[in-house]
Amino acid sequence: MSLRDPLATARGLGSAKTGFGHWWAQRVSAVVLALLTPFVVYCLARYGIADFAALKTQFTNPLFSAVCILYVLALFWHARLGLQVVVEDYVHHGAFEVILQVLVKIVFSFAAVAAVIAIFRLASGS
Amino acid sequence: MSAQKRPLSPHLQIYSKQITSVMSILHRITGVVLAIGSLGLLWVLVVLSLGDAAFSATQACLSSGLGRFVLFAYSACLMYHFFNGIRHLFWDIGKGFAIPDVYRSGYAVIVLSAMSTLGIWWLALQGGAA
Repeated sequence: MSLRDPLATARGLGSAKTGFGHWWAQRVSAVVLALLTPFVVYCLARYGIADFAALKTQFTNPLFSAVCILYVLALFWHARLGLQVVVEDYVHHGAFEVILQVLVKIVFSFAAVAAVIAIFRLASGS
Repeated sequence: MSAQKRPLSPHLQIYSKQITSVMSILHRITGVVLAIGSLGLLWVLVVLSLGDAAFSATQACLSSGLGRFVLFAYSACLMYHFFNGIRHLFWDIGKGFAIPDVYRSGYAVIVLSAMSTLGIWWLALQGGAA
């Protein structure tokens, strides 16, 4: 459903048309992160670093692993959208801006995939 | 090109600082720090999945003085961005725009992020972690 006036579409006026999608994705991922961050921070502070074995066994619980996968996906999505806006706002050097934008997309897509694979490995208890 | 010479707004040299503008730019700065730091979280996940040898090297690195400092800074950024982000979500649904409310929620974010950062480290050091 589009809330745009048909006349505005016909005239081709208005914003860049797809801006709302970015804004909305940033908010949806923010809500997921706002809900899950206390849990993740608690786990890291409670088990973290020193208690390696205890932290690792948590992942054999499918619900824990699922929450972690949701968390890293929301995290890297949110980070990528946020960095995109920061680069748009402060980097105005043609080629450098394009390279940075593409780099941000690649790095955070890679991070999301790698994190999910690592969690799968931990979940399978290998 | 003349377009390059347009003045910057706000004019940063003479712009008087307010809690509102400082907290706004801090939200961005902590966001960038957290985005880069999230790759560190990825690293921890990866070495955790690779096994004991890989993890103990990272563990030693994080337990060092510098490692703890980085973790402390990261946790402080995370708590600030977390609470201020919730403040932003309330603005997004149209709540808390009156100036007294903006200042009240701003001070609340500062106090909550300081307290929760201390809370995290109290919890972490209790269990002998970090």
